[in-house]
Amino acid sequence: MDKFEVLTGVAAPLPMINVDTDMIIPKQFLKTIKRTGLGKSLFFEMRYDDAGKENPEFVLNKAAYRNAKILVSGANFGCGSSREHAPWSILDFGIRCVIAPSFADIFYNNCFKNGILPIKLPQEICDKLMKAAENGANATFTVDLQAQEIQMPDGEKVPFSTDAFRRHCLLNGLDDIGLTLEKKPKIDTYETARKTEQPWV
Amino acid sequence: MTEPRTLFDKIWASHLVDRQEDGTCLIYIDRHLVHEVTSPQAFEGLALAGRKVHRPMQTLAVADHNVPTTDRSKGIADPESRTQVDTLEANGKAFGIRVFGMSDDRQGIVHIVGPEQGFTLPGMTIVCGDSHTSTHGAFGSLAFGIGTSEVEHVLATQTLVQAPAKNMRIRVEGKLPAGATAKDIVLKIIGTIGTAGGTGYVIEYAGEAIRNLSMEGRMTICNMSIEGGARAGLIAPDETTFAYIKGRPMAPQGADWDKAVAYWSTLVTDEGAKFDTEIVIDAAEIIPQVTWGTSPEDVVPITGAVPNPDDADDEGKAKAMRRSLEYMGLTAGQKIEEVKIDRVFIGSCTNGRIEDLRAAAAVAKGRKVDPSVKAMVVPGSGLVKKQAEAEGLDAVFREAGFEWREPGCSMCLAMNADKLEPGERCASTSNRNFEGRQGRGGRTHLVSPEIAAASAITGYLTDVRKFQA
Repeated sequence: MDKFEVLTGVAAPLPMINVDTDMIIPKQFLKTIKRTGLGKSLFFEMRYDDAGKENPEFVLNKAAYRNAKILVSGANFGCGSSREHAPWSILDFGIRCVIAPSFADIFYNNCFKNGILPIKLPQEICDKLMKAAENGANATFTVDLQAQEIQMPDGEKVPFSTDAFRRHCLLNGLDDIGLTLEKKPKIDTYETARKTEQPWV
Repeated sequence: MTEPRTLFDKIWASHLVDRQEDGTCLIYIDRHLVHEVTSPQAFEGLALAGRKVHRPMQTLAVADHNVPTTDRSKGIADPESRTQVDTLEANGKAFGIRVFGMSDDRQGIVHIVGPEQGFTLPGMTIVCGDSHTSTHGAFGSLAFGIGTSEVEHVLATQTLVQAPAKNMRIRVEGKLPAGATAKDIVLKIIGTIGTAGGTGYVIEYAGEAIRNLSMEGRMTICNMSIEGGARAGLIAPDETTFAYIKGRPMAPQGADWDKAVAYWSTLVTDEGAKFDTEIVIDAAEIIPQVTWGTSPEDVVPITGAVPNPDDADDEGKAKAMRRSLEYMGLTAGQKIEEVKIDRVFIGSCTNGRIEDLRAAAAVAKGRKVDPSVKAMVVPGSGLVKKQAEAEGLDAVFREAGFEWREPGCSMCLAMNADKLEPGERCASTSNRNFEGRQGRGGRTHLVSPEIAAASAITGYLTDVRKFQA
């Protein structure tokens, strides 16, 4: 996993509530056995028409946002399925930070496993960021995870907070499995006790 | 004396392997269900790191999302789907995991197979790379969906790094009126709390109406916890639970059984335990429900009308409602029972069990599917299919004009060949009505199996109580 320290890039506005995982990446793209290559299918049904042509109205098809690195959206972002293809497609497109008033739990969790930073902020602050993001190519934000603040195009700084352990893992690009395996003796002890107490498990 | 604890608190505490200073916990995972869509990258990760599956016997794999529901003798036509299913079988062999293959009677939707085999047991932690893992909470087990990175983590370590959830209890008190089902209870709950109402929570369902449900009804309730935003739902195990489990192939036997039941009987929320949120719903007021929009919270009684976005609480919601109405091809104020449908889908991990098929067959018996409607029944597993055929339900459905299919996820998410065409409208017993969920441009109305069957017959969304009088 790539480290996440400071990210500077254009923020794309997606002012919708309940953006679900079927919207982020529809099922026909879940048939892959790889993690990569999903960026072109991100938001497929909104991004392309029935003939597969780009919909010029969709935010990520507009010149200013084609290289967006940040997404600003509405409440309950990522609701629906557990498919990690959703963060994979976001990452593969080049977006590494999603800002919204709230996120669905599984999606939120999946972001951290892939070096994507989801930032939860109150509605009124999201509204302000959304407005700034609507400024096209001028909508460049800087997200600093160490300092836990977002710098807006006008220089204003917006603080945010992230769970300490997740922040630590993201800042250092740490692999969860490696960390857990260091606790192997504790897992062994637990399993041994369990065998006597609940042999049916 | 210890503080009174909720059922969730008890299960959590009994699975704690380690707790870090910041509160992050390492919890032990008793059961891991694996399917073909969310696992290939996890197995690839293991192989690349030279890791093994820590506890293969606590892992069970079955292909469900991609499998065809028509004749399987020639395999899977779609090359990508075939690759995923083949990859699952190959990974099973390479890592020593049991796989129920496509020709195995025990194959089916992972959340139907687990309980059916007795793989799912009370008090356990159960995970799967699938959000509807919440289904297994019906047994009083902490069961939730995880992403592929976490699938890999569980395969490698049999644990997960998690923060504890908040506690919510939803009591459904009183008796359910005739015509209302477990599906109507859960749709009513989602309509009440909203699709993000359960975010950050584990929901314990309690109250007389929940107690009175069969295990299958309880599974329907817990299954859709995720549609209310909660990763997991829980129902305390009781005699109904024990009777369901006893004798299943992977259930404990002999002395272990007695010991297990004694332990399972302690899995209740203590008197006086605190919940962060508590909600009470009057069962008597639950009218059969149907969704009108593109979020599972968009519910109305079958006797109702399509709501007006101008009446929404805020502009964000009003905007979402207008978008939904346009997508769904409906107008505010339109009577639900005047909505014409093209397709009917009976099946899924929400409503693909034997009792669901019996309920739908009771409505279909001696009647005919309207010629304008294409209706299909997809049993949740090979064993459900076999049981239904032994009871003659397949004949009832076929005579009425329903298609009788092979088991799988099918048109719940349309990853296989079963899907809606653009603009087609479907009465579906599944769990999600998102845009494009059942096929690009497809329009989904979530309903109970009874309403789905009644709607197939009239060609319109139909109050099943008219057929039950």
